[in-house]
Amino acid sequence: MFEKASAFFASVVLFLAVLLFAVLLRESLPALRKFGAAFLVTGTWNPVLDQFGALPFLFGTLVSSFLALLIAVPLSVGAAIFINEFAPPWLKAPVSLLAELLAAIPSVIYGLWGIFVLVPILRDGVMKPLTKYLGWIPLFKGPVYGPSMLAAGVLLAIMIIPFILSVSREVLATVPQRQKEAVLSLGGTRWEMIRIVIGQHCLPGIFGATVLGLGRALGETMAVTMVIGNRPEIFASLFKQGYTMAAVIANEFAEAGGLQLSSLVLIGLLLMLLTLVVNFAAKGMLSKMVARASRGI
Amino acid sequence: MENVFEIHDLSSWFGENQVLKKIRMDIARYSVTSVMGPSGCGKSTFIRCLNRMHDMTPGFRISGRILLDGVDIHSEKVDPVYLRRRVGMVFQQPNPFPRMSVFENVAVGLKLNGKTLSREDISERVERSLVMAALWNEVKDHLGQPGISLSGGQQQRLCIARALAVEPEVLLMDEPCSALDPMSTAKIEELIEDLSEKYTIAVVTHNMQQAARISDQVAFFLMGELIEMDKSGKIFTNPSDKRTEQYITGRFG
Amino acid sequence: MTETITFRRKAVDRAMKWIFYLCAFLVVLPLFLIFFDLVIKGAKELRWSLLVDLPRPVGEPGGGIANGILGTVVITLLTVTGSVPVAIMSGIYLAEYGRGRFASAVRFAVDTLTGVPSIIMGIFAYILLVLPMKRFSAWAGAAALSMIFIPVVVRTTEDMLRTVPTTVREAALALGIARWKATLRITVRTAWPGILTGILLAMSRIIGETAPLLFTALGNQFWQSHLDQPMAAVPLQVFTYAISPYEDWHDKAWAGALVLITMVFLINIAARVLTREKR
Repeated sequence: MFEKASAFFASVVLFLAVLLFAVLLRESLPALRKFGAAFLVTGTWNPVLDQFGALPFLFGTLVSSFLALLIAVPLSVGAAIFINEFAPPWLKAPVSLLAELLAAIPSVIYGLWGIFVLVPILRDGVMKPLTKYLGWIPLFKGPVYGPSMLAAGVLLAIMIIPFILSVSREVLATVPQRQKEAVLSLGGTRWEMIRIVIGQHCLPGIFGATVLGLGRALGETMAVTMVIGNRPEIFASLFKQGYTMAAVIANEFAEAGGLQLSSLVLIGLLLMLLTLVVNFAAKGMLSKMVARASRGI
Repeated sequence: MENVFEIHDLSSWFGENQVLKKIRMDIARYSVTSVMGPSGCGKSTFIRCLNRMHDMTPGFRISGRILLDGVDIHSEKVDPVYLRRRVGMVFQQPNPFPRMSVFENVAVGLKLNGKTLSREDISERVERSLVMAALWNEVKDHLGQPGISLSGGQQQRLCIARALAVEPEVLLMDEPCSALDPMSTAKIEELIEDLSEKYTIAVVTHNMQQAARISDQVAFFLMGELIEMDKSGKIFTNPSDKRTEQYITGRFG
Repeated sequence: MTETITFRRKAVDRAMKWIFYLCAFLVVLPLFLIFFDLVIKGAKELRWSLLVDLPRPVGEPGGGIANGILGTVVITLLTVTGSVPVAIMSGIYLAEYGRGRFASAVRFAVDTLTGVPSIIMGIFAYILLVLPMKRFSAWAGAAALSMIFIPVVVRTTEDMLRTVPTTVREAALALGIARWKATLRITVRTAWPGILTGILLAMSRIIGETAPLLFTALGNQFWQSHLDQPMAAVPLQVFTYAISPYEDWHDKAWAGALVLITMVFLINIAARVLTREKR
């Protein structure tokens, strides 16, 4: 029966998902048993002594992602507002298309551009001057080599902008026309109308878009590892080199064995769980917003 | 003249909601029966029971029996797929298959019915069906065009041709003209008259004049009950039931 | 007094307008910069030999990424042929028969899988295939990519099938066509352009994926078409050349990137043209 055959294939998909978790869990058990919860807060990563801890990578992943959000969200929301409210009709389609194309560029190409174009620009145009004049602030302390947390944050921001942008546009589009007209008819300026309307309607949706962007940033591998410097350290300066969970896996996995392999798989498991929690949170927020919009709020 | 359909005490429910109440009806061979009544009276539900379209609807229940040529269509022996080849259906909104040409639309029932026919056979039957549906002359040079490129009235005739191609005995039509303009409606009414020589036809309609024009018998439904069924001449000039009279004179519905 | 307030509000309004313009500009700027660099820097090394030659050791002029192109084609074909039947059938199941707990579980699994970082799929394939086989292989690379490809295509297939109006399904059934035939030959056929677009877009995505291949297909210096051996792929080559310390390899990285983006965009554009044409 056709229905049974298609159900079989569907169960294959379900099986694969379960298998994924099972396989990761099993391979990471040795590390889990040896280090336990301390894995999350240990800073050493020493293959020679078989001492492993995820802290530097957790730090790097979170910091680079939040930095990316800090840059990407205002720009994305601003561009979304531009497209929906200010752009002349002939400009809307091309700008949206360009944003979509940004999303199609492979990560490794972003990384390539990052190494040879972005990093030099940041190093000479931003990091060196800042270190010179404001280097006493821990955030801007040198030395400056180029590859850095800042570079990773900026590159990640560029990569997640298309996603936050498209969701934000949808959020903005759910605002009923009559609400906008109400503000304008009271004598409000365009900006005031935008500000009020966003404040009233769009914040949950934009927050959801942000969390969605976070989910993508957390898992980015290639571009990040090409510009972040790949040093497992924890520090305060944006200009120092760091390491993320995805990057350490990318760099060390091929030749790892034994406890190191198990630790890397454990890091992978943690990354996956982190991303899943964030993604489901985002979906929850956004579906609530869609439900409210369809009720005409 | 024998009866094609015999319906005994047919009742049906959507979940807890009863929509048909003990319908008793006979449909004679080669007759045209109109089923009419105000909105929500159950006429569409009724007609869809006759080809078991409700099998797809979750929560739908029936009791009573529907006999086609003496055999209960819900019995174990009856394959609903085969039933639907003998009892064809035309819908309210013309619905040719969107990505098929005129030719393919008519041929699809033939191709997918498990029989292997030669290309000439299929072509011949497609032409025959289109002739019977009074569409052949208009499309014979455009058989390769998409089915949806035709006008509304033509699309509906295409759907009729499609249904006729599988050579049913009965044709069920659920308000076939309600989405069409008067000229197309007239063409289709003419078509129904011609078709009744070879097919048994049951038409759901909310248009009383149409029912008067095309049918031999008219069944009047109200709130899930069959109030009255008789020759169309009698129903419209001298109905037996007060409610029928009220409906005809426009008192409600 | 009213005059100044209005003036200030107007000034703010104007300033914000320019800020929004600026945001839009900053958002599209990287795209132009990247394309500009890709074309200019990539064209430098772009010769016919790049596309047909094998990589040469550092310092030797010439050489190309031909084995990578072959490898990408092979691995992609492997992934697509293995994944499309599973994905489409699952999508059909969810759209046409999918009510109840099992279907919800499958949908949840698909949603979960689409959110997993691609490098994790590499770990998955490594544990399941590389370790037991004791070598890196194209099979493992395709397996990792399949884990990315399948959930995406299941989702797009289900969505596209849901857009087919009920009336089409009813008409098919009313003709006395068996349910499974009606589903495959009519419903799926109606939704087919959308489904195909979904497949092509997923394909363009996996062509550019690097992370899942890093420790599954691994990469290769030579012509290698055996599926149970390490295989080259263009994104892997771009990565290797980019992080190397050699200037001429950097140039090759840009050229390889240009080839890669061309492949990705050609498929992307083909996918979009397809939906528009069959409307």
